[in-house]
Order: sequence, then structure tokens, then C-alpha cells
Amino acid sequence: MTAFGKLIRTTAFRLTLVYLLLFALFAASLLAYFAWNTRRLITEQISTTVSAEISEITDIYTRRGLRGLVFTVENRALRPGANLYLVTTPTGQMIAGNVGSLAPGVMGSSGWSETFYRRFGDPRDENHRALVYVTQLESGFRLLIGRDLEERRRMFGIVAKAAQWSMLVVIVLGIAGGIFVARRVLHRIDAMTGTTRRIMAGDLSGRLPVGRSGDELDRLAESLNAMLERIEALMTGLKEVSDNIAHDLKTPLTRLRNRAEEALAKSRSEVEYRSALERTIDESDGLIRTFNALLMIARAESGQARGDMVDFDAADVAVGIHELYEPLAEDDGMALQVKTASAPLHGNRELISQALANLVENAIKYGKPVAVPLDADVASTAREILIEARQDGGHVLLSVTDHGSGIPEADRKHAIERFVRLEASRTLPGSGLGLSLASAVATLHGGALTLGDAHPGLTATLVLPASADAGARLAAQTQDMPQKAA
Amino acid sequence: MRLLIIEDDRESADYLVKAFREVGHIADLAGDGEEGLSIADSGDYDVLVVDRMLPKRDGLSLIGALRDKGNRTPVLILSALGQVDDRIKGLRAGGDDYLPKPYSFAELLARVEVLSRRHGGPAEETTYRVGDLELDRLSHRVARGKDELTLQPREFRLLEYLMKHAGQVVTRTMLLENVWDYHFDPQTNVIDVHISRLRSKIDKGFERPLLHTIRGAGYMIRDGLR
Repeated sequence: MTAFGKLIRTTAFRLTLVYLLLFALFAASLLAYFAWNTRRLITEQISTTVSAEISEITDIYTRRGLRGLVFTVENRALRPGANLYLVTTPTGQMIAGNVGSLAPGVMGSSGWSETFYRRFGDPRDENHRALVYVTQLESGFRLLIGRDLEERRRMFGIVAKAAQWSMLVVIVLGIAGGIFVARRVLHRIDAMTGTTRRIMAGDLSGRLPVGRSGDELDRLAESLNAMLERIEALMTGLKEVSDNIAHDLKTPLTRLRNRAEEALAKSRSEVEYRSALERTIDESDGLIRTFNALLMIARAESGQARGDMVDFDAADVAVGIHELYEPLAEDDGMALQVKTASAPLHGNRELISQALANLVENAIKYGKPVAVPLDADVASTAREILIEARQDGGHVLLSVTDHGSGIPEADRKHAIERFVRLEASRTLPGSGLGLSLASAVATLHGGALTLGDAHPGLTATLVLPASADAGARLAAQTQDMPQKAA
Repeated sequence: MRLLIIEDDRESADYLVKAFREVGHIADLAGDGEEGLSIADSGDYDVLVVDRMLPKRDGLSLIGALRDKGNRTPVLILSALGQVDDRIKGLRAGGDDYLPKPYSFAELLARVEVLSRRHGGPAEETTYRVGDLELDRLSHRVARGKDELTLQPREFRLLEYLMKHAGQVVTRTMLLENVWDYHFDPQTNVIDVHISRLRSKIDKGFERPLLHTIRGAGYMIRDGLR
């Protein structure tokens, strides 16, 4: 496509053409209105003058007879720029006046008419137009008084000329403006296209240029940039994941291999073989779990799990997870408590349950008090883990609070990342994916995972957007239930 | 029990056939979806084990075709896709159970045995009995011998599920799925703790233990040794 072809195909240019047409029509109708009114005004003016003169001269004729009439007419006809006068006998003979010839039949009919005429003694062989009034005098003589319409024609000519020029100016300016705007837009679109091509070629750091005017293109560019930001973050995340997979999955795989090799190398008793094999299976189960968690995170982060969204109460999830983990916590010497208030949510119940389960597992694993104080009262609260579900304004908060050593503020952001196991916890088993899965689940639901200080200890909170609709639907469901039971 | 395994990966298929035969089941093999469909349709099997991704005809469409023909043989779907919604899709297509790869043979065996029992088993009873342990599903009463036992609601459901499948191995994930309705994999031994609590209520102080741990597989409730 040629540059010009590209230009005239732009929306901006086409819009300009439409506007141009509209403006031209507007200008034309304005001028037409003006011309028509001017014409009417001039005609009116002429007819007023002529009417006045008719009555004046008729009056003269009545008072002073034919002589007075002829005298007055001859007198007036000789003035420069005079009106048209003609007096004829009943037989049609010209007695006085300045009209040389007329269109035939004009003198015969009384009243107003427009006619061609030629001035008496005018050497130029051309007809002019005039508006004339013909009246019959008492004696059968006829009087014509009229005025040349040249003035009106000239006026009309001026308007027509103005119309021509204004059309020309409108069209030239319009097209020039169109080209200017189209070029500007095209220039910016070309810049955007260029950047997009670079990004497609693999340079994800590229961003679209954003102007300062804040117009629709700038807003589009801003949205696209935000999208690119997200894509880049996802790609970086993906790269980090593959790096981490390489590291954190290869390590247990190596251990697995070494163990199998060692079992093979030395001849052992059946019991020893058996235990080596069992450890191998345990190790591979751990690997599978890590792998599943990674897949789950990837899924939650890419938004694929959005399909299974249902309405439910976060309080039920908290109670369910409490019920599942309470015996485990007790066996570990911890007291798992639950405190709930109704908090309706719209989301993936399974994923939110799993996220909360991860937080509880972390609390059981890492939330043990640093040193057991001698005071028994303090010790009992120190071993407490609290699961809490409640609604706070537009948010549903699902939190797990323990009274262990907590996470130093500087480490909190880091702790949510994949495979991060803070130095203090390296000796305990786990994949290091619990918090990042919880965080991914929160992000999927448009919320976030926050880590806070419980003085001492850690409060991990899933902050999720509350759903008023879900609350209403849940209320409707529970209202139905007693009826079903009855 | 007669099984048909429809799996295109030769090595894992051979392993499964061998493993099922070792525990005393009859296992046949089909290598692709079309072959699987025709064998499954003509033979009389107790359970079909179907891989989800198969050449010629994929697992879900195979199940759909079977169900359309009125064949109600229980189907266990094996799949590398282990996410919740894949599972739901599999069950909607007519599968009876869903096991993500990689799985342990013990898990597969336990599930297949439960499926075959469900297919041919008697109608749901209102009272389960194992030895002198009795569970009334209507009045929610549990008694061992003359002693009335007090169970928490969840302990009751756990025992109910175990007793429904008395004499069969029930795995931890089966318990988590059927008793708690969670389909994720806890990183800790949370089920074991619930079992040990239940065990302390039903077995503690009695001579003959009924709730047994099956190493490397799960749990089983039964009277004495089989």
C-alpha cells in the first residue's frame, strides 16, 4: 500500500471527509438562506418604491392631467439612475418614458410582472430584467413604472461567489486538516505497531510510547502497557519457575538416583533393600507433590481455574479446615482454634480450602513458640493457632495466626516467592510452595496474601473481595433448605 | 475380578496387567481407543481402567460411546491431567473414579476393588457390622459389643465409609475425597491422625483390633485376619 493510500484509509481521514461534507452542506444552506432573504428584501424594497411612485404619479395625473403626467415622467426619466417609466396611449403608442422596448404583452396586463426591457436610446444591444407595475389611467392611457433588477442580480452574484469561495476554502482546509490529523494518528499508530513488532520478536521490555495529552490513543497505550507489564511478569515468573524446577526438582531426583545406585552397589539383606526402596518411594511421592503444587500455582496464576467459581461462605471453609487439622495440631502440641463470622465469597472453593490448609500446615510446622515460658497461662496462648474468617467492608479475610517466631518484616515479601524456604526453616520438611500457592490463589480471586506480625508470631491473611451477590444467593439457598427438610 | 486396561503406553500397561494378575485378578489389555471400545463392549468386565489420552479415540469419548450403548461397567480414568476441573470433566463424561498420574499401584488397586464391589454389591444397608462393631446409619449409633461408642460427626462418617468398604483397602486420598470432599493433597499426615483418633475409640481396650493399617496403601476395617 502506498503511503497516500494508507493515509486516506485511516479512520481519522474518513471522519474528516464526513465532517467536511456536513460542514459544506451547512455552509451551502446558510448561504442559500441568506441569498433568498436578500432577494426577498430587495424585491420588497423595489415594489415599495414603485408602488409609492405609482400613487404619486397617478395623483399628478388626476390633478394636472396628461400634460402634467408627461412632464413629470419625462423629467424623472432623465435623472441619472432613474426608474423605468412608460406612458402609452390606449392604442399602445408611447408618449413618454425611458423604456425603448419591452417583452410583448407586458403593457397589456395590469399589475406586477418581471420582464426584459431595453432602455430608450441605449446603444448596447442587451436586455435587462426589471420589476414593473402597469396601471391603466382613467382615460385609457397606461402607465408603467419599474425598477431595474441589476442590483438584485449583482447581490445574487456576490452571494454565489461567496458560496464558491467558501466551498473551496472548506474543502481545501478540510482535506488539509484531514491529512494532518490522519498523518498524526498514523504516525502514532505506526510507532505502536513498530513497538508491537519488536515485542513479538521477543523483546518483552519494549513499551508503547504514551503522549501527554491523555487522549484515547494514550489511554489505549497505557492499557496495552499494563498488559505488557503483566505478560512480562508472567514470563519472568515462568523463567524463574523453570530455573527453580531445575534446581529444586533436580536435587531430590539426584538423591533418589544416588539412593537407588547405592542400594544396587552393595549387596544387602532383603530388609535393607526393602527400606531403601521404601525411602525411594517416599522421595518420589515428595517429588510428585511438589510437581502438583507447581502445576496448581501455574494454573491459578494463569487464571485457568476461573471456571469452577461458586458461591460459598468463607466461614464454612474455615470450619472445615479447622475440623480437618485440629487433631493433627493437637498431636503436635498446638491448639487449633476457629473463630468465624459469615463472609460470603464467589470463588473456587477447592482452591481456597487448599490455600487455607497450606497456611494452617505452615502454622503447625513453624508456629511453635520459640522458648516455652515458665508461666503456664502464657504458654497456653503461645501454643494457640487461630483460624479466622470474617468480612471487613468489601473484603473477606481468611487468616491464620500463630505465636511462633514469625517472619521478619524484611523477609515477608520474599517468603511468598516460589521455593523460598527461609533460612530458619530449612531443616524442616516441605516443598516451600505453600505460601506461593496461597498467594496465587488469592491473586486469582482478585485479592492478595498478606503477612503480618502477631507480636509474637505470624498472621497470614487471604484478603479476598467480598461478593454481595453471593451473600444474597446464599441467603436464598438457606431459606429454601428448611422447606426441603420439611 | 475381570479387568480391561486401555492404555497406550506399552510399558505401564504391561506393568499393570502383571501387577493385577499377581494379586489374583484377570486383566486384559487394549492399546488404543477403538480397540478398547470393541473389546469392552463385547467382553464382560467388572471394571475398565481407561487412560484419558489414547490414540484413535480418546478416553472420554470412549466412555461416552460405551454409556450410549447402555454399557454401565464402572470406569476408572487414569490421567496426566490431575486438576480439579479435569477430574470433574472426567466424571461428567461417565467415569466413576479419576486417578491422576503418577499413581501408586496400591491406590489404583484399592479404587478398582471398591468400584467392582459397588457395581455388583448389594443395595445400601442401613446397618453395617464388622465383628462385634455395629454402625446404624439411620440413628447414627455406634456400638462395639455391649459398649455404646460416642463419635464426633466426622468420625462417624469416617467409620461409615470404612465399614461400607469393610475388607477392602481404603487409601488416604480416597478418605480425603469421600469423607471430607477435598481433592487436594495435604503435605502432612492429617488423615493418619484422624484414623488414630478413631482407632482409639473403637479398638482401645478390646482384644481384637478391627481397624488395620495396610502398609504402603491405606487402611482396612475387618474382623480378624483374612
